[in-house]
Amino acid sequence: MVMSYLKKLYAFIIFFFLYAPIMVLIVFSFNESKSRGSWDGFTLKWYIELFQDRQIMSALYNTIVIAILSSTIATAIGTAAAIGIHNMKQFKRSMVMNLTYLPVLNPDIVTGISLMLLFIFLKIRLGFLTLLLAHITFNIPYVIISVLPKLKQLNKHIYEAALDLGASPSYALRKVIIPEIMPGIITGFLLAFTLSLDDFVISFFTTGSGVSNLSITIYSMARRGINPKINALSTIMFVTVLLLLIIVNKRMSKTNIIKE
Amino acid sequence: MKEGRISSPYIIWMTIFIVFPILLILFFGITIRTDEGFKLSLENFQRFFEPIYLLVLWRSIRLAFISTVICLILGYPMAMILANKDLKMKNTLVLLFVIPMWMNFLLRTYAWMTLLERGGIINSFLSLLRIPPINLLYTEEAVILGMVYNFLPFMVLPIYSVLIKIDKSLLEAAEDLGADSYTVLRKVIFPLSIPGVISGITMVFMPAVTTFVISRLLGGGQFTLIGNLIEQQFLFVGDWNFGSAISIVMIILILISMGFMSKYEKENEGAGLW
Repeated sequence: MVMSYLKKLYAFIIFFFLYAPIMVLIVFSFNESKSRGSWDGFTLKWYIELFQDRQIMSALYNTIVIAILSSTIATAIGTAAAIGIHNMKQFKRSMVMNLTYLPVLNPDIVTGISLMLLFIFLKIRLGFLTLLLAHITFNIPYVIISVLPKLKQLNKHIYEAALDLGASPSYALRKVIIPEIMPGIITGFLLAFTLSLDDFVISFFTTGSGVSNLSITIYSMARRGINPKINALSTIMFVTVLLLLIIVNKRMSKTNIIKE
Repeated sequence: MKEGRISSPYIIWMTIFIVFPILLILFFGITIRTDEGFKLSLENFQRFFEPIYLLVLWRSIRLAFISTVICLILGYPMAMILANKDLKMKNTLVLLFVIPMWMNFLLRTYAWMTLLERGGIINSFLSLLRIPPINLLYTEEAVILGMVYNFLPFMVLPIYSVLIKIDKSLLEAAEDLGADSYTVLRKVIFPLSIPGVISGITMVFMPAVTTFVISRLLGGGQFTLIGNLIEQQFLFVGDWNFGSAISIVMIILILISMGFMSKYEKENEGAGLW
């Protein structure tokens, strides 16, 4: 009995530790006073200021555009690569897979500066394009890692059966292979999309003056000290993530019920 | 299916954007810039072995190690509680544990800035108790706190996923054979959960030892870590050669800690990444 209370208390303390900072952030986004120590009354002015802030709005736009573009391109290249890797001979496959794991295992800061060196070496001006190229680069491995297990589960013979029945290789690929591995492709796409939205370190080194995403903007604002606009921004981001997770969970449990 | 053609865009892409940049770092790391161009030299690595830089390396390893230990001590009981099969609303609790991870890493770190600063919540609470304000932000403890807060889920989730797979009849067998609950924990549960503990340790230690954001925001630039050193060399000093050499040191550090993990995994399951 005592044990079970202790367990509950322990779990409560850990959850408190995880959530208290986020809750404080949210509560103080509605605080009239700029200081964090005292509560001076309810206000929405930080939200209004947030939406009037040109810099933050353009960062938001960049973040979303880069996330959509980079995850789409990475999904296309990554899916094709996974199909190719799956059919490679043992030696070549392990070579290519080691290469694929490199950006996953390398510290982000090393990936970031190595790409920065490359862009400077190739004399590409750091900005939107380099940011996009960097995001595609670190997204592709995650797509491959999500798609490969689905290919392994795939029955080899259905592709051959399609060819025997007169399908051309590309037709069989489109109509047989791709639909079969679709769940892996979607997982890879979503993973790439989220990683791109959230990335800070690699973006920080591969972007130039004038172009920034939300993470970079938050970093440069936070470095200068406390700013209530960041609180408003984090509240919006937290609520968005929460809603997305709830929707995804609901969808998943619905499909589970239908399957059962 | 012709593998050659379908994966060639990827091979070309990765050669340009992954292999070539790494070679650039290697090149810069083992050369120095002279008036006549680049000269092969190990001077950058020699420079790294000067006391100030070794201190930075030592500090990075020490802070990451302390954070990892704290995460393990705090995280293991939590993983056990979450893995308890009788727990009501278990899935909801696990989900609740994961949600903070979905919040932007910078915002989670920023949240602690607002709590710890001189005019922040903790200090105004202390002043209610008539305790004079203390410096909480920009201390070494703040950096460790930030690491523990950000990486705790990386410790709990691997341990949790190993614990839920443990066959319950093993625990019952141990109890039938006369073991008390402490002995069961020490002799059965803990040894079986070692793979989860090892991957938890690596997943906390690696991001902690390479971070430059937490030390910059919560340490205020006084606690230079190896990540901050790399950032400074590239963005402010402009010494790419020395910066590349430090990056190579960091890669070696990561390889060593991964070597530990894969060695362990091989002994246990015979399956690893390498």
